Amino acid sequence: MPGGCGTEEPDKETNSKMSSRPLALMQIILEPGRTEKNYWRDLWNYRELFQVLAWRDVSVRYKQTIIGVAWAVIRPFLTMVIFTIIFARLAKLPSEGKAPYALMVFVGMLPWTFFSTALSDASNSLIGNANLISKVYFPRLIIPTATIIVGFVDLLIGFGILAAMMLWYHFQPSWHILLLPIFVLLAFLASLGPGLWITALNVKYRDFRYVIPFILQFGLYVSPVGFSSTVVPEKWRLLYSLNPIVGVIDGFRWCVLGGDSQLHAPGFPLSLCVIALFVWLGIAYFRRTEQSFADLI
Amino acid sequence: MSRDVVIRVEKLGKKYVIGHQDERERYVALRDVLTRTAQKLVLSAVDLARGKPIIYGDTTEEFWALKDVSFEVKRGDVVGIIGRNGAGKSTLLKVLSRITEPSEGRVCINGRVASLLEVGTGFHPELTGRENIYLNGAILGMARAEIKRKFQEIVTFADIENFLDTPVKRYSSGMYVRLAFAVAAHLEPEILVVDEVLAVGDAEFQKKCLGKVSEVAKAGRTVLFVSHNMGSIASLCETALLLQHGRIGAAGPADRVIETYSRASKRALRVDFPARAGNPSITGISLDEEALRRGDFSASIEFLSPFSLRRPVGGLVISSLTGIPIWGTNGRFHPGVNGDVSVRNGALICESSSLPLVPSVYTVSAWLADWQQDLDEKLNVMSFDFKPDGDVPLRPSPNAIGYVDWRGSWKLTVPTDRNY
Repeated sequence: MPGGCGTEEPDKETNSKMSSRPLALMQIILEPGRTEKNYWRDLWNYRELFQVLAWRDVSVRYKQTIIGVAWAVIRPFLTMVIFTIIFARLAKLPSEGKAPYALMVFVGMLPWTFFSTALSDASNSLIGNANLISKVYFPRLIIPTATIIVGFVDLLIGFGILAAMMLWYHFQPSWHILLLPIFVLLAFLASLGPGLWITALNVKYRDFRYVIPFILQFGLYVSPVGFSSTVVPEKWRLLYSLNPIVGVIDGFRWCVLGGDSQLHAPGFPLSLCVIALFVWLGIAYFRRTEQSFADLI
Repeated sequence: MSRDVVIRVEKLGKKYVIGHQDERERYVALRDVLTRTAQKLVLSAVDLARGKPIIYGDTTEEFWALKDVSFEVKRGDVVGIIGRNGAGKSTLLKVLSRITEPSEGRVCINGRVASLLEVGTGFHPELTGRENIYLNGAILGMARAEIKRKFQEIVTFADIENFLDTPVKRYSSGMYVRLAFAVAAHLEPEILVVDEVLAVGDAEFQKKCLGKVSEVAKAGRTVLFVSHNMGSIASLCETALLLQHGRIGAAGPADRVIETYSRASKRALRVDFPARAGNPSITGISLDEEALRRGDFSASIEFLSPFSLRRPVGGLVISSLTGIPIWGTNGRFHPGVNGDVSVRNGALICESSSLPLVPSVYTVSAWLADWQQDLDEKLNVMSFDFKPDGDVPLRPSPNAIGYVDWRGSWKLTVPTDRNY
């Protein structure tokens, strides 16, 4: 055993008993910089905690609310109604292809709502779990990630409303809709990167708690939620695609609205690159600061 | 080396960088960082222009919470860890349970470590008892299957059958603590770390907990046990470890280490209190005997809180044996704690020179608060005999002349026309 401290051959019986457990950490060595090395293995070992925390956040979410899960329906629905009135009726912006404007807005709302809940919940997740962090060891990455997972519940409900709307409008989706899971994953990644980054920053500088609502409010109008990204002039499209959410929303529309909606050729891959960059940045920064969370929080 | 060594700690050290003045805040705001950076930049530029060397981090200081700690624990040992508040016990446990990384040295652990650092950690008030058992179990490192298997046992131990489906926020604090301890006690870790949990709950439950700990130990598991209660250390542990200022002060058979500890702490008059679960509490009050002999006064109120206390304030009242308050001071009206700090534990130290008290026996009450509310008080919990060296002779009893010793200077005036 490398770096062993005496236990050359671990007791066979204990070993087999241990291996049935999720945390079969027979030997742990603690040294400065050591946790770094076993990071991903640890993360895997703690997957059950991840599930439990995600489940906790989901089940706590609508406790002690009168209409409970209905909130997940009402919020996006009302926003959609308002956006449709403002952008389609008042501003007279075009929809994508033959799709009804309301439908187009709602499809854009889905990833945006996911993104904004993920970002705001994740950023407060570490502080909300401060007692855990200062008392128990586990890879800290679990907490914000589990929080982001909660957004999937709302997303699922959103898909339910979407299906109802498609029936209402007699809208027939094309085969593109089969690729939707890929774009859901993309939405997750697009939320994960900035989410982790801001979460880690928020532990040290609580200012970010105030920055996030602002970013989200701003982002709602900068991102093509209430309008189609085709409204943006062609020469600005590439620059516009630097916003990672643009790629995700376009992707959702392409899947659901079918052939009439186009993915922008150089813009979409650019969005993917920005998303990847943010994921890398988020994880890297999170891991670099993770060690000091327990001391800082 | 024998395979029986489950924990080996070699030259372990944990360093914290503490800053003084405003940097002592638990977290800094970006605004502060920006203004400070700007200030530093200007200062450095000025220094540079004057040709002085630039000094970075003007008010930071390294603080070693643990230094050069080396020891071994064998399988099945029950080791007590004792020491005054702030001696590094909690830091040691934090390193062993992997909450913080050591700054130097090396720890080798064979087996799973589970800590009972604080019961109820990770309970969610909105969830029911049943749900919290699963949640807390997972947090402590149990697999779901394992929890399912022990579920009934846990419920029986905690004695909460009727409240399984009630949110724990409606539990009484006793039920809460019982449930939390029950979950933790049914872990089957190779190494169990217990930090003062036994100070909570009623006497009967404490007995149950102590029983559980010794049961765990008898099953061949290793237990690290931190307590201020020398009685339970002596009865549970064979060996003990004394930490003093982050270093090992003594190690060996429990009774001998306890003796060393009490001899070391005899110099100061002190009382310790168990921390109250979930509440900030005064954990110890000590008086400096040396200072009392000089006629001065120096007391320290140690406190521990499950959450950060903003601007902690201490207060002291000295009363006569008859119960009349004689003198009091607190950080609200007597200046003291500096800056806007937030801390979870520490000691509030009150110093006063030349105490104007008549030699007598006095009792001490202590009080703890933060910037907005009172948190804990210990009334008349200790007494001391105030008898400064070189006291004036011929002083009547305080019952006759009161307790305040204030100078009166006497002189005689005689009428100049006394010849009349």
